[in-house]
Amino acid sequence: MNILSAKNMKFVKDPLMDNNPISVQVLGICSALAVTVQMKTAVVMSLAVIFVLSSSSLIISLIRNKLPSQIRIIVELAIIASLVILVDQILKAYLYDISKQLSVFVGLIITNCIVLGRAEAFALQQKPFASWLDGIGNALGYSMFLLAVAFGRELLGSGTLFGYHIIPESFYAAGYQNMGLMVLAPGAFILLGLIIWLQRAVTGTVSE
Amino acid sequence: MSMEQFFTRLEERVSKSPVKWFAPLIEATHSFLLTPGRATRRGPFVRDNIDLKRYMFVVVVALLPVIAMSIYNIGRQAGITEFWPAIWKGLMVMVPVIVVSYAVGGFWESIFAKIRGHEINEGLLVTGILFPLTLPPTIPLWQVAIGISFGIIIGKEVFGGTGMNLLNPALTARAFLFFTYPGNISGDRVWAAVDGFSTATPLATAAATDGNAIEALRAGSMDYSWLNMFNGHIPGSMGETSTLAILIGAAILLITGIGSWRIMLATLLGGLGMASIIYFLAGSSATGMMSLPPTYHLVMGGFMFGTVFMTTDPVSAAGTNTGKWLYGILIGVMVILIRTFNPAYPEGMMLAILFGNVFSPLIDHFVVQANIKRRLRHV
Repeated sequence: MNILSAKNMKFVKDPLMDNNPISVQVLGICSALAVTVQMKTAVVMSLAVIFVLSSSSLIISLIRNKLPSQIRIIVELAIIASLVILVDQILKAYLYDISKQLSVFVGLIITNCIVLGRAEAFALQQKPFASWLDGIGNALGYSMFLLAVAFGRELLGSGTLFGYHIIPESFYAAGYQNMGLMVLAPGAFILLGLIIWLQRAVTGTVSE
Repeated sequence: MSMEQFFTRLEERVSKSPVKWFAPLIEATHSFLLTPGRATRRGPFVRDNIDLKRYMFVVVVALLPVIAMSIYNIGRQAGITEFWPAIWKGLMVMVPVIVVSYAVGGFWESIFAKIRGHEINEGLLVTGILFPLTLPPTIPLWQVAIGISFGIIIGKEVFGGTGMNLLNPALTARAFLFFTYPGNISGDRVWAAVDGFSTATPLATAAATDGNAIEALRAGSMDYSWLNMFNGHIPGSMGETSTLAILIGAAILLITGIGSWRIMLATLLGGLGMASIIYFLAGSSATGMMSLPPTYHLVMGGFMFGTVFMTTDPVSAAGTNTGKWLYGILIGVMVILIRTFNPAYPEGMMLAILFGNVFSPLIDHFVVQANIKRRLRHV
């Protein structure tokens, strides 16, 4: 498996663990709270962010030498916004129900700090292929946490995964109850905190 | 062999044996029963009879009247009028809850003590008994276990253990249960230890009334007169019902100097002041809660229990003297505001105290800054 060189591999692998946008840089928390009540919405959101982030990093990197630095933010936002609107329209056309549930949060990918952050911090200085890989890596790191939180929230809060009942009926008969807190936003905060705690305990990193 | 020798030898042997995992547990039992034989080696030294264990233990002693009254009241609310059967029923309900709370809490404490390499702290002594007292008598035991786990881990150990927590761990645990399993901790069906028996607490009755709440309180089958509510012959969370018993506990805390009189008085004044403002300004369009005289707020729900045992928690409360006044008044005002104006929560004590806890470091910060500014002028 040597499709990518070691240097390129690092662009993808680094944001997954050691420099994860959610757990280490604590960016993009807003959408991580909003769309993680169910696995289904979290998966769609992850795919949308993977597409937007990798494409925007690629495009911005391609035009980086022609871009006057005074107006770079507005150009970057225009590119990101066009991509997000594309995703939004596709979702509305083919996945209307999920698009309804995600409501404004697809649109809010524009303001997701990870997207603009990678454009500013990485794509403006690096070559297109590296930027594309970096975009994919960061989006995957984001998706990983989104899915982990959604898994916990849907399982504990509704007893289901992707809408299928996982907790058997006999549990409920014996007195088991779904945790109402997990459906509320604080449940996502608590789960996210626990996952970050687990990650830091395993890797031993302390960021200050 | 005296007990002292027994524990010393046991500790020695265990620390060398393969089961040295249990060393903190034995150390905790030892220092709980006897004074530990070790003294601080390096300064600064404080010469005082009181240490963390005694500090915490006085609170448990102050809680004893509350526990006794609540055991009796659980039986009474279950419909048992004779004295001893009521006590028996109360014991059957309350003892398992307390045992689960201490056992599960102690389990987490010993795990964290082991990982962090220190002894088990006595903070659990108070948390483990305060938490059950804030729960309704019908609470399922597994929820008690989950609640205390959350309170100890997220409320306390995440911040670094006893003395480092921002929020009161017992209330954190209760808040978690309150929002996670609302059906088991609020509503009309949870206050009497009888299946399917529905009874509204005085606060719920007042919140549900449109006109004069006092008449509505007297009209029900329970007769919620002021004196009845003061004595504690009302449904409610296990420890909060009897204001009389709580006042005895308050006296113990104040005489020994464990509980801060500033915080208690400030909370009381804040609550009374806000309730008076609402009562006298409400006018004819008053809702049930607005028509409650200020003195009624003191004996209903968890106001007194929270004021005496929860707000005075030295860790999560404000530390400066001026800060204590501000902190108490903030909580007192918030309780009445939540009770009166928030239709979702007829009881506001838990949320008000957690709110105060969050603000106490900020209050302390500004008090200290103001003090520095004042004294800098004389430099």
